[in-house]
Amino acid sequence: MSAGAPRTAGGALGTAGVLLLLLLSWEAAVRVFAPSPLLLPAPSAIVAEFFEAPGYYGRHALYTLWTTVAGFGLSVVLGVVLAVLVVSSRLADRLITTLLVVMNSLPKVALAPLFVIWMGTGAEPKIAIAVMLAIFSIVADMVLGLRSVDPDAIALARVHRASPWRIMWKIRFPNALPALFVGMKVAISFALVGAIVGEFVGGSAGLGHAILVAQGQFDTVRVFAALAVLGVMGTLLFYAVEALERMLLPWHVSQRSGPH
Amino acid sequence: MSLEVRDGEFLSLLGPSGCGKSTLLRAMAGLDPLTEGQVLLHGAPVLAPPPGFGMVFQRDVLLDWRSVLDNVLLAAEFEGRPRRAMQPRAMGLLERFGLAAFAHRYPWELSGGMRQRAGICRALLCEPEVILMDEPFGALDAMTRDDLNGELSRIQQEGKRTVVFVTHSIPEAVFLSDRVAVMSAGPGRVVEVVDIALPRPRPLSLREAPEFGREVARLRAIFAGLGVQKA
Repeated sequence: MSAGAPRTAGGALGTAGVLLLLLLSWEAAVRVFAPSPLLLPAPSAIVAEFFEAPGYYGRHALYTLWTTVAGFGLSVVLGVVLAVLVVSSRLADRLITTLLVVMNSLPKVALAPLFVIWMGTGAEPKIAIAVMLAIFSIVADMVLGLRSVDPDAIALARVHRASPWRIMWKIRFPNALPALFVGMKVAISFALVGAIVGEFVGGSAGLGHAILVAQGQFDTVRVFAALAVLGVMGTLLFYAVEALERMLLPWHVSQRSGPH
Repeated sequence: MSLEVRDGEFLSLLGPSGCGKSTLLRAMAGLDPLTEGQVLLHGAPVLAPPPGFGMVFQRDVLLDWRSVLDNVLLAAEFEGRPRRAMQPRAMGLLERFGLAAFAHRYPWELSGGMRQRAGICRALLCEPEVILMDEPFGALDAMTRDDLNGELSRIQQEGKRTVVFVTHSIPEAVFLSDRVAVMSAGPGRVVEVVDIALPRPRPLSLREAPEFGREVARLRAIFAGLGVQKA
C-alpha cells in the first residue's frame, strides 16, 4: 500500500507515538540547551504562537489550500486528457511526450519569476506553477495505466465489434484508474510545492508569503508556526486523495480486505 | 490445408502446443489475419471481426471493476445494445450456470470455475451464431473441468450452436466434439479431420464406455503416427 500509510488503528497510534516522542525530545533539548529563540524555538512556543493568531494562519493557509487544490485539479483534468491523446494518436504521443520531457528536465522553480511577469501576483501564477510541477506524474502514470491492458480484453472487445471509443471508455480508462491514483498521490505534494514557490516569488498571501515575511523580520517562531500548518495541510491533502481512492476503487487489489 | 466448419457442429482443433490452433482460431474471429490463405464466412472473406461471434479465452478476462452481471452485460455494451433490454437474458444465463447468487459479486470473489462460467455467459449473451473457445478449461482443476465439459455439451446441444473449440486434451475433444481436426506442428497444419460417432446427449459417464475409449485410442494413434507423444 502507499507510502507507509497507517492502515490500522494500531499503526496510527504508533505513528502518533513516534511524533509525540520527537516533539518531547525537541522540547526537552530546547529547555536544557536553551538556544537562542532566533535559531530554534520550542514546540510549545510554536503552538502558543499559532493560538495567538489562528485567524492569521488560517487565512494564509486557506489561500495556499485553494491554489494547491486548483492547481492539482487542473493537473488531473489536463493530465488525463493529455494521456488519452498520447495513447490514441502516434502524432500526439510524439508531440506531447517530447514537450513534457523537455519541460520536466527544466528546473521548473527557475521558471516561476517568468510566470509572475506573465500573470501578475494574483492566484493565477501560483496555480500555473502548481500545474507545471504536478502534471508530469499524472500524465506518466495515466499513460502507463491506459497502456497496460490485458490484450485478451481488447480482443474480446473487438470480437464484439466495439469502437475504439468504447474500448477506451469501457476498458482502458477504468483499467488506468489505479495508476492514475498513484500519480495523484505524488501530484498533490508537487502541487503544494508549486503553490509555495509561487508565493515565494510574488504576491501578498499564502503560507509561503507568511514564511517569507516572518523571515524578513527574523521572527523564527512564526516561520515554524507557518511550517507546522503547512505540514499538517500537506498530510491531510495526501490522505484526502487516498480516501477518494478507497471510495472510487473499492474493487482494486490494494483495497481488498476479503479473500486472495 | 483446408478446413470447413459446418453450421451447428461442435468442432475441436486438437494438437500439441505451437501447432497454431490459437492462431487459426483468432483468424476465424477476424482478429489477426493469416499470413497465407484466407478465412471465408458464408463465402465472403473475413478481414475484420464479423457480427454474431462470441469468444471464450483461456483466462476468463473478467474486468475487476465490474460485478459478474456487469461483466456478462459487457458483451452487449460493446455491441451498443441497450443494457436494460439484455439484463433479463444475462440473469437467465447466470442462473443456468449456477451463478445467480453471485451476480452482484466482483470476479475476485469467485473460484476459477465460476469465473470461467461467467466468461461463457458473456460469450452467449448476444445469441452468437458461432462461439470460439481458446482452451477455455486449460487452467482449471480436473473436477471443475469435467463439470464444465458436461455443461458446455448440454448448452451447445440446446442451442444447436456452432462451436470451434481449441484443446490439447484428447478425451476432452472426444467428449465434446462432432468432429476433431487433428493438427500438427512444424509447420502448423490440419492433418486429419476425424468424425466422433458417439450418440448425443452425452452424459459424463460416457467416458467410462468402451466406444469412448476406442475414439480416444484412434486419435492417439494418429498422433503416434505423427511422432507426437500425447498423455
